[in-house]
Amino acid sequence: MGRIAFALVATSLVTAVASAAERIEFNRDIRPILSENCFACHGPDGNARQAGLRLDRRAEVLSRGVIQPGDASSSRLVDRIRQSNPALVMPPVATDKKLTARQKDLLAAWIDQGAEYQEHWAYIKPERPPGPDGPAGIDHLVNAKLDERGLQPVGEADRRTLARRLSFDLTGLPPRPATVEAFVNDRNPEAYERLLDTLLDSPHYGERMAVHWLDLVRYADTVGYHGDVPVSVYAFRDYIVRAFSENKPFDVMTREQLAGDLLPDPEPWQLVASGYNRLSRMTNEGGSQAKEYLAKYASDRVRNISTVWLGSTLGCAECHDHKFDPFLAKDFYSMGAFFADIEEKGVFSGNGDWGSRIRVLDGPADAEMSAIETRIERLRGMDRDDLRTAGGGLDELASYLREDLLAWKALDPDRVWTDCSHPDFNQCDQFELREEAAAVVRVVPAGEKKPRESIHRVEVPLGHGKLTALALELYPTGDFDSFYLSEFEVRLLGREEWPVRISLAGLLPDREEPGSMLRDTLDGNYHTGWMGDWKEDRSRAAVFVFEAPLATRPGERLQVSLIAHGRSAHGLPSRFRILGTDSAFPEIPASGPLRDAVLASGPRTREQSAALEAAFERIVGGDAAWREIRALERRKKALLDRAHESLVARAVDEPRTMRILPRGNWMDDSGEVVQPQVPEFLGAIPPSGRRLNRLDLADWVTDRRNPLTARVFANRLWKMFFGAGLSKVLDDIGSQGEPPVNQELLDWLAVEFMESGWDVRHLVRTMLLSETYRRSSEASDELLARDPYNRLHGRQAMVRIDAEFVRDNALAVSGLLNRKLGGPSVKPYQPHGYYRELNFPKRVYEPDMNPNQFRRGLYTHWQRQYLHPALMAFDAPAREECAAEREVSNTPLQSLVLLNDPSYVEAARVFAARIVRVGERSDGKRLDFAFREAFARPPLPAERDITLNLLKRQRERFKAEPDRADELLATGISRRPDGVSATELAAWTAVARALFNKHEFLMRY
Amino acid sequence: MRNPEIDLFETRRGFLGRASMGLGSLALASLMKPDLLAVNPGTPGFPTGPARVKRIIFLCMAGGPAHLELLDYKPELAKRHGEPMPESFTKGQQIAQLQGKELRILGPQHPFKQYGKSGQHMTSLLPNIGSIADDICIVRSMQTEQINHDTAHTFMNTGFRLPGRPSMGSWLLYGLGSESEDLPGFVVLTSEGGSQSQPIAARQWNSGFLPSMYQGVKFNSTGDPVNYVRNPDGVSREMQGELIDAVGELNAVQQGWTRDPEIATRVAQYELAFRMQMSVPELVDFSNEPQHILDMYGTRGGDGTFNANCLLARRMAERGVRFIHLYHRGWDHHNEIKTLLPKSCGYVDQGTAALVKDLKQRGMFDDTLIVWCGEFGRTPMSQGTDPDLMGRDHHIKGFSMWMAGGGIKGGHSYGATDELGYNAVEDIVHVHDLHATMLHLFGIDHTKLTYRFQGRNFRLTDVHGRVVDDILV
Repeated sequence: MGRIAFALVATSLVTAVASAAERIEFNRDIRPILSENCFACHGPDGNARQAGLRLDRRAEVLSRGVIQPGDASSSRLVDRIRQSNPALVMPPVATDKKLTARQKDLLAAWIDQGAEYQEHWAYIKPERPPGPDGPAGIDHLVNAKLDERGLQPVGEADRRTLARRLSFDLTGLPPRPATVEAFVNDRNPEAYERLLDTLLDSPHYGERMAVHWLDLVRYADTVGYHGDVPVSVYAFRDYIVRAFSENKPFDVMTREQLAGDLLPDPEPWQLVASGYNRLSRMTNEGGSQAKEYLAKYASDRVRNISTVWLGSTLGCAECHDHKFDPFLAKDFYSMGAFFADIEEKGVFSGNGDWGSRIRVLDGPADAEMSAIETRIERLRGMDRDDLRTAGGGLDELASYLREDLLAWKALDPDRVWTDCSHPDFNQCDQFELREEAAAVVRVVPAGEKKPRESIHRVEVPLGHGKLTALALELYPTGDFDSFYLSEFEVRLLGREEWPVRISLAGLLPDREEPGSMLRDTLDGNYHTGWMGDWKEDRSRAAVFVFEAPLATRPGERLQVSLIAHGRSAHGLPSRFRILGTDSAFPEIPASGPLRDAVLASGPRTREQSAALEAAFERIVGGDAAWREIRALERRKKALLDRAHESLVARAVDEPRTMRILPRGNWMDDSGEVVQPQVPEFLGAIPPSGRRLNRLDLADWVTDRRNPLTARVFANRLWKMFFGAGLSKVLDDIGSQGEPPVNQELLDWLAVEFMESGWDVRHLVRTMLLSETYRRSSEASDELLARDPYNRLHGRQAMVRIDAEFVRDNALAVSGLLNRKLGGPSVKPYQPHGYYRELNFPKRVYEPDMNPNQFRRGLYTHWQRQYLHPALMAFDAPAREECAAEREVSNTPLQSLVLLNDPSYVEAARVFAARIVRVGERSDGKRLDFAFREAFARPPLPAERDITLNLLKRQRERFKAEPDRADELLATGISRRPDGVSATELAAWTAVARALFNKHEFLMRY
Repeated sequence: MRNPEIDLFETRRGFLGRASMGLGSLALASLMKPDLLAVNPGTPGFPTGPARVKRIIFLCMAGGPAHLELLDYKPELAKRHGEPMPESFTKGQQIAQLQGKELRILGPQHPFKQYGKSGQHMTSLLPNIGSIADDICIVRSMQTEQINHDTAHTFMNTGFRLPGRPSMGSWLLYGLGSESEDLPGFVVLTSEGGSQSQPIAARQWNSGFLPSMYQGVKFNSTGDPVNYVRNPDGVSREMQGELIDAVGELNAVQQGWTRDPEIATRVAQYELAFRMQMSVPELVDFSNEPQHILDMYGTRGGDGTFNANCLLARRMAERGVRFIHLYHRGWDHHNEIKTLLPKSCGYVDQGTAALVKDLKQRGMFDDTLIVWCGEFGRTPMSQGTDPDLMGRDHHIKGFSMWMAGGGIKGGHSYGATDELGYNAVEDIVHVHDLHATMLHLFGIDHTKLTYRFQGRNFRLTDVHGRVVDDILV
């Protein structure tokens, strides 16, 4: 019986695995069957275990006599799986699981061969298999598998394909045509390697690598729950881009992200990296229970670290021991305990306060700040004269302030109104704005209820001149005891077809304090702002300095918006005046007694002297070099105001108590209290007498003995460059994942990675220098038939480029792409009203009407609940949870995006302008140029015919209806070139659109 | 005018023929995507049994309608109005905004009356829905597991509290496919009014781990009905058609020199996109609806109201849309239930009843399932202290909903809460049970509709769910 079964199995194995002679391997052949069909009831989960039997451990199986090694026919297991009695057959009928005849034969044959178990492959430390070093090591192992199957790999791809492949794979951008031509003609044997290294050195390499990592750690620009309001953490994204670009070793990246805040004397960027711990979704919904949400945040973190670094589904052990892998529920909560020291709230206030954060200066700003601080330290104490007693000081200050005061001009608005168009500002019918004498605007409440929210807008006609700053003066009216200014916005009308937003870069308030900072009026968040009350003040003032001086022209208008969105009991700015200056160094215009003092020509009154002395204290502070110090202090403040916040981890002294939550129920406090520890079966971290922390965790994750981390990372990297993982389930290399099709290769890569010092760039370079990588993606008939899914890599994969890169490709080919690195997230055009379903507060999306419109896709504002629809259509994840792999879909919505999204239409018309301006008058030559730009190759004759035919027909259509050409060419904010006929441009726009919509445009081959 | 010689359909057939040359038929079969041949054919093996309905219109009353004013008549609650809520009910139970507050009983703030031959008890605020009382089955023993809006919607839509699982509409499309050639099979419409509008995340109609072809498509109440469905400014339909033809031809050329299996699908998707560009404007154009129908729904159309969405839902149902999901954001009555609840009811009453009656007069009622349901209910306890401003907090242990249409017992009610309307105590219907019953009506055994993800077979009902046979005909 056993013999016959084996013969049967051997035959079927020919198709199942490589060759008949091979021994049945537990991990490859048996574990998947048991895991899928048996472990749920006879596996690691003690609570679900039936009949006290577990089949995942050999000793227990033998002691229960279920299997007789070497003798399938007398093994009860075989009897039960071959049972015809439905009451006895395994798996039970009710489970809906069924073994195939082949699986039954395999199990029997395995028992006949001795029923040897293996530990799950991923839990055994990887060893490097023998073979050559370097890229040849990869080819050796890939080719060995192909040889086993008697398959011939295809040859190397042509150079154009290689150039485009390398460019997309390493930078997410198309190659420049000149680069392609140079590479095609480069006869140097090292041409490929040189191109590879050039691209690895590109600053865009980090951007390309970051996209995948940001999916994993679920980086986004909003909090995710409830109102899904913005939170500033983009510095974390920039850290990741830089970490890849600068090739920070992966173990260092890991330490900084998991525990940057716990490093000795951490650098600001290490703190920013620790923001990893703060990327989970957060809530500020009233009525949420803090305890429930703390439990949600904790479990999110466990799911994340175990998926990202360990490729494990430890998250499944939240409610019970894992069904398939040896993770215990206790392991889940012990892992969670590592993060119990992170300062946070279950329910945040949400008024711009999302817990621990720092202000981050980017590199140049940071250097400037250090220089300023050094200089100020020098200046102070150099000459500590008391200027006041010396006599001349007060006069000097008075003349300084007079000069400034005289430069300020009141801006007299000719239009003031309340804007009711924002959906959250619906109280505008309850009051009106009115202009009083001397450019003073007065807000008059109409109804009985005093409105608490408004957008006041005033418009001022401009003439020839220069503006460097605006001052806002606020006065009390008696209607409100206080004022609250959420946002202050300045726009220039009449220069472009849309209002041009003026960047404000220097702020000078008369007074501010934490919670009421003037910079809070520039952050786009209605819940933060600058406020004051009228108990003591007769006026308040603030100066907003433009990032760059603005040359104004007649016909242009300045629109200033004061936005106040009700906060607690604060009132509206209800009487105000706006002034402008052309001074290069504006101060707050002197007012009240100070104003009289600086303007006084004769002796000052006592009140005037007092005001001047107060200003002296405030501005001069006793240093002789006060002018320079003043300038430096102002600059310092400008740097700080402009720096953005980033969430960071901060450890509290008393970590929260973590207990095992029975069945994951956060209300049940009966579970055992646990301490930080890693999953037991992977080898616990030995006790050291202190509580383990996130640094210990990071060390364990990147310990050479950890069997998971390097494999998981190498596997994902392989997927990036070869189309599919060696184990194709990227988020689970456990029992239910896929045993790797080429484990030797995966282990080789993992060991190479670790031995290189976790050198990501080295691993990427090694992969891309292999012959395997350079193969053509066109399959031979034989490969297509016998390895249809290309799991053996006898050819390269055909890869649909990621959502962000689809966008980048169109922008780059058109010439519109703004290649700036990093910074706050940006807002490309988006369908009107797309955020309609958001609330608290309601959202108005204001696309960037400046060069930020053309930034790379990865910088797009990532709204978790409403991800930009063009990115979503191409499968970018919302990043609410960890996403290890993006689906690659092919849907009509993608077609609609490429056809009709203004971003692509504008890119097409700008590309068209480039095409017609290349100086080649013939359509054919222009087309040749267009194809080389878009596809790194000239058109085929058939393609030439189709596109030229399209050109001809669209030309006729636009000639017949020239208005349509103008309408089409008005799409987007970029300028139309002069001297090109609209119909010609529109017709070429159609051709450009056709190229952008061609399937090849989305593909790297 | 489209050039007949390069008709896209012809082109597609032509190069499919070419693509098959030189390939083994087996290989070709593995390369051909099922969605190439039909818009979305569903999954082989489904339905698993006889189907009672072909489509569903799910009317989500987002915010949590107050079942104790609307559908669950509790005279005892009125009697004990103002008394402290017995601790036996609330001890150890989850509570939202009433945390740490004194808990007092709030009697129904609006009168109930009996409707129809069946004499079903319902609020006097929904007279139109009352007029179809004999067609609907009220379930008064619902339970869910999540007490905040966002997570509760996620649970109601996907059967799980965390993001990442497919919405029920996606499951249905995955199982049964779409019947529409030129419209998405799973459509979402929204409206608001009546109380503060809680946000609704796009995740609610996401296909989760299912392929994104099963994702819900949201229709906008203003602007373009579907994102990017309008041609670029200045581009006429003929120009767009000509361009799409050229794209198809270029792709066909490429098919001649590469074996990229996605090209054929890409071409099919451009065809569908172009058809959508024509069918969507026709769909949302109410100009061919007679006046009496507009009057019946109480809309002039295009106004983004719930009533207009109900009429749009009927038009979608006629055109083969499988899952039509309406959200009305306006039931979060933490306060002023006295004055605000009539407003919310006023927004939905007429349209809902008109939809049911209209489907009936068109003979579509018997193969349509209509569900009227919130993400949870509201507490028997009052929120706020001013009697005129009182409302109710979120509540998950017992609430009400109703269903109507094919296979559903009309004029019937099922299940009950305790005397104070706090806990569902009789014939409890969990969200999983609702899902199981919905799928059952489509002829789907909910335990069989599975999808493998992360090494596990997932289903809409997780490891739970029972078909509520007693509400079925």
